[in-house]
Amino acid sequence: MKMSDKAEEILEALWIAVEEKKLAALDPQDFSISLDDPAYAELTGRALVEIKQGLVYFRPEGRVEGRTTIRRHRLAERLMMDVLNIRGEAGDYKACEFEHLLNEGVDTKVCTMLNHPTTCPHGKPIPPGDCCDQARAEGDLGVVPLTEFKSGQEGEIAYIQTDDSKKMQKLMAMGVLPGNRIILLQAFPSYIFRVGYSEFAIDSNLAKEIFVRK
Amino acid sequence: MSSSCCNSSSETALREGVRRVALVGNPNVGKSVLFNALTGAYVTVSNYPGTSVEVSRGNAILEGESWQVIDTPGMYSIHTITEEERVAREILLNETPDVVLHVLDARNLERMLAMTVQLIEAELPVILVVNIMDEAERMGLKIDLELLQERLGIPVIGAATARKRGLDEIRSAVAEYGQQKHVRRHFPYSRLLEHDINEIAGMMTGEYILSRRALAMLLLQQDEEIISILRHREGDGYAVLAEVARDISFKRRGSFHLNLSLERNEIAKELVMGVFVAPEKRVVTLSERLSNWSVKPLTGIPLLLIVLYFGLYKFVGEFGAGTVVDLLEKQIFVEIVNPWVTNLVKNAIPWEIVQELIVGEYGIITLGIRYAVGIILPIVATFFIFFSFLEDTGYFPRLALLVDRVFKYFGMSGRAVIPMVLGFGCDTMATMVTRTLETVRERVIATVLLALAIPCSAQLGVIIALLSKTPGALAVWGVFLLLIFIVVGLLAARLLPGEAPMFYMELPPMRLPQLSNVLTKTYTRMQWYFMEIMPLFVIASILLWLGKVTGFFEKAVEAMTPVMNSIGLPKEAAVAFIFGFFRRDYGAAGLYDLQTKGLMDARQLTVAAVTLTLFIPCVAQFLVMKKERGWKVAGGIGLFVSLLAFGSGYVLNKLLLVTGLLA
Repeated sequence: MKMSDKAEEILEALWIAVEEKKLAALDPQDFSISLDDPAYAELTGRALVEIKQGLVYFRPEGRVEGRTTIRRHRLAERLMMDVLNIRGEAGDYKACEFEHLLNEGVDTKVCTMLNHPTTCPHGKPIPPGDCCDQARAEGDLGVVPLTEFKSGQEGEIAYIQTDDSKKMQKLMAMGVLPGNRIILLQAFPSYIFRVGYSEFAIDSNLAKEIFVRK
Repeated sequence: MSSSCCNSSSETALREGVRRVALVGNPNVGKSVLFNALTGAYVTVSNYPGTSVEVSRGNAILEGESWQVIDTPGMYSIHTITEEERVAREILLNETPDVVLHVLDARNLERMLAMTVQLIEAELPVILVVNIMDEAERMGLKIDLELLQERLGIPVIGAATARKRGLDEIRSAVAEYGQQKHVRRHFPYSRLLEHDINEIAGMMTGEYILSRRALAMLLLQQDEEIISILRHREGDGYAVLAEVARDISFKRRGSFHLNLSLERNEIAKELVMGVFVAPEKRVVTLSERLSNWSVKPLTGIPLLLIVLYFGLYKFVGEFGAGTVVDLLEKQIFVEIVNPWVTNLVKNAIPWEIVQELIVGEYGIITLGIRYAVGIILPIVATFFIFFSFLEDTGYFPRLALLVDRVFKYFGMSGRAVIPMVLGFGCDTMATMVTRTLETVRERVIATVLLALAIPCSAQLGVIIALLSKTPGALAVWGVFLLLIFIVVGLLAARLLPGEAPMFYMELPPMRLPQLSNVLTKTYTRMQWYFMEIMPLFVIASILLWLGKVTGFFEKAVEAMTPVMNSIGLPKEAAVAFIFGFFRRDYGAAGLYDLQTKGLMDARQLTVAAVTLTLFIPCVAQFLVMKKERGWKVAGGIGLFVSLLAFGSGYVLNKLLLVTGLLA
């Protein structure tokens, strides 16, 4: 069963207290959710935390869960700011609501889309997930403009980002469509790429509007 | 251009009884080769996307019936973006071809099928020609044409038109298809898109050549031409229609084109599933390796220099302008033809004035024909052989991408390299080709530079011959022209309003040109060139003769003497400039005569050569400029070029005098 929103928030607060403030435990008196809230019972019932003398401590499983919860929260913040362009208090507030949707693999997708960010908009670290480690191990660049590819590198077209609809149509006519495979053959003096069995040359202005993932 | 094609379309519409077949498809898929094969006529074929900028028409007998074949410029989609695409679509919109042959490249079946889908959707009588099967087979691709035919519901023919494969099948398919009524085939889109399309299409009441479904999609894509057609035909109902379309377009703003393309791509994907089988491993051919060398700066630039050295310098310069000109002009004309004709005319015609006209100093034969055939012909012919050969190898698109970065400084994209190179052959032809450039701004800049700083091959040949006798003169001339090119290019890029050009270009595979194709192409270009210049040379001879007879000529030389003096030239040089007004090469040939007579020293020759090279383009080029750019722009360019030419002559003369260079 899915954890309640409040329980997730407690886990986050506990994780920040323990991992970032280097405290031994979370004191509910410094926190907006008081100890008589049923969310604490939920967490102890799941064997994620234990409560001793009014202080909340992690159990080993809880530490892992706390880490992924904080990761989801900060990814949500990045999503609000980078993609949806919602900033400030409104952004924080929406992020708090949004983070609860980022489970069961959605966080991995968002993380990949955001190109595995390492910090939240407030500058705090985002604990890396498996997808981040894997990407680093493979040298995966995530979704980048074609200009970031090395020659010989192959990938999949993610999207085209341009305000000019003529440019968009030119590119689409060349077979530059999301989902198609693309190989960058050369990056200087012009970009040469292959889609299907055709080769095209474009300048950097066009190349930077094609977004690709490896 | 568009007006001329409209005229011819209404003409053909009047011609009853003749059936029409139109060739359409992406650039560089072999439409022109097919056109030539069907009609037996010849239009220029090349391995360069977008060469056919005009509509060609020819006649063919298919299965005993007379057909008109229409070749159109390449188009990527029914929704047109460029001028050439619009020209191609005009054919579909305004004429009712009985058969539309969609030609595509087998290797890119999936991508190009998107347009087949559009054509079928528009309920046009389509036959699909899957061309270039030979190269596809060489790459190990397997294509099941029967399955494709079944899925599309239209005739599908595999061909390799350059190898004459599939021509008979195409002929009989066209003849048969013309008989029967074509079937409607519906490609379903997503529910939402279908809903919008049906809503728009359902509101139309007019009669159209394209299906309402196709028109609805084009309207939603905000296609201006379609909007104006609908406005015209729908009458009062248009306002409501436009309102609804605007509403939908707004709702789908930002992603309509993309969604539509993606959906069509999806349809194409399903169509080719099991039809198109690619080999596990890509076959890397020799031509691909050569292509790689040509586009990497480290190997590409040396390769370019080798091409220029052997092609231009050795073949056109030394062989064409040297060996062949010597043979034709000196050995044949001066020693055999001229004395013989002179003798003949003097005996046959008693009046001295008429003798003058034919064999005098500016005689039609002794000057006009001698220049045209003896000097200009060999140079231009060798240049066109060189150019056509290079064109067919597929080298030019690679050259374009190599120079794109540099050309951007001059406000042009790499695409402009083609008219620039062609300009070294014939500036007039090159000015026509500027049409293939995307923006008006780019076209104007290219036109200016062609008119100003690119000497045509005829001129180049004569000037090289002229200056090569004095060491250094050629270098001064070359450097000065290059300087002018760069300065004017940089300035034009800064001063002319408009946005920077973008560069994109399909790279066709490199191929070994077929000799027959190179020769036919050279031949047609020569033919065009001669039709253009021969009359001018003869007229020039007549005018010069008239000028001489009436004494006007001397007055003109008198009048130009101060100008000549100011740039340090003898007054006889004025003659060359008066020649130069007709054609620059003619003028250069005039200088050649002056030099032979020993009237000018090295400095004067160089100044004259530079001024003449920069000076007004030949009459033919000016007329083409007017046709392509309009009176105002052409006149402006003409004035600018003339002033700059004499200004530069003045500066160069002073410079050479002060520095003592070439003294």
